[in-house]
Amino acid sequence: MKVAIEVNGQTVAEEVEDRTLLVHYLRETAGLTATNIGCDTTSCGACTVLLDGESVKSCTMLAAQADGHAITTMEGLTADDGELHPLQRAFREQHGLQCGFCTPGMIMASVSLLDHNPKPTRQEVRDGLEGNLCRCTGYHNIVSAVVEASGQEVDR
Amino acid sequence: MIPAQFSYRRASTVDEALSVLAEHGDDAKLLAGGHSLLPLMKLRLAAPEVLVDIAPIDELRYVRADDDGVAIGAMSRYHDLHRDTVLREHAPLLAHVAGSVGDQQVRHRGTVGGSIVHADPAADLPAAILASDGVLVARGPGGERRVPAAEFFLGPFTTPLEPDELVTEIRIPRQTGLGWGFEKFTRRAIDWAIVGVAAVGRSVGLINMAGTPLRARATEEALANGASVAEAAELAAEDTNPPDESHAPPDYRRHLARVLTARALDKAAVPA
Repeated sequence: MKVAIEVNGQTVAEEVEDRTLLVHYLRETAGLTATNIGCDTTSCGACTVLLDGESVKSCTMLAAQADGHAITTMEGLTADDGELHPLQRAFREQHGLQCGFCTPGMIMASVSLLDHNPKPTRQEVRDGLEGNLCRCTGYHNIVSAVVEASGQEVDR
Repeated sequence: MIPAQFSYRRASTVDEALSVLAEHGDDAKLLAGGHSLLPLMKLRLAAPEVLVDIAPIDELRYVRADDDGVAIGAMSRYHDLHRDTVLREHAPLLAHVAGSVGDQQVRHRGTVGGSIVHADPAADLPAAILASDGVLVARGPGGERRVPAAEFFLGPFTTPLEPDELVTEIRIPRQTGLGWGFEKFTRRAIDWAIVGVAAVGRSVGLINMAGTPLRARATEEALANGASVAEAAELAAEDTNPPDESHAPPDYRRHLARVLTARALDKAAVPA
């Protein structure tokens, strides 16, 4: 079927198999590879993107289900002049990553989290990111990064 | 992992969905949030020939209070239900439980109708709806019928729905002012419950204590006969048939059911 998705503000329209997963559409059809495939079973959150502004796991959605909707990937957070999004900046400042594989998903899930709850406590950040796994950091610095991006004092 | 080939159809009204079902019968499956069905299809445990996407049916996305109680459109997402002020006032147990399913991303996609018809004995909302004396409204070619939740869960992943029927609404008797409690024991944050308990007033629903969600009838009767919460909760595992898994054998689950029932009922004893 013909699928047309507004990806990071630009319409990507392609004929794809009905069974095409959104994450494959983003990586292979749109050519945007920031979105990672981790577990492929809705558990790890590495493939998290925004659908109409809300976080979703793109391994558990068909591209067809996003037809006519707007998707934002990690690439879409960075401004055209290269200026980083506050969450991207905070993850760097707080060293919220080690290997980086989970980072795009963590950051996209955090965008949605801060949209629902602009001034979260550390515990609320942990609860809000329960759908994203990180095997390196122990989460501590990730929580700090989200707190910093929310404009609050980081109490480590 | 990629699902087997299928043909994708999109319905924007209930009538459209029903006509696709009438055309394809058993070969068609309804796709709502897709968070149960798509993983099964990726594992090739399900391979429908036709997938009918009903998530776009806006007429099934609502929460309304009326004289009988609360009516919830089947395509309401967990996220919508968790934040809904009408639901929080008149059926706060369901609003809370909807906010504890899966994780943030799952709650942005998953629907109450999808959870109900999937009938996973480990799912949270079916037991909460059972404890709430909910009634499911289904539409098919012959019109509309109402099935009490108590008659809806026949076995694991098994309901009395016909292949050409669609659940459109969940009706919950008004719970305004009733206390409620929800306890869910998991190994990791986003896991399904090893055991869960949803209590509202003196009704108790058990998660993952048999092939279907169950009411803890012995506990409820003891409470009605004047037993204390501690005494009644001791009976929570009566007439259950919990699954056996290496990390959670049946005896362990029975123990959990008693402990969690006591906690949930203690919370439910406080009027909302």
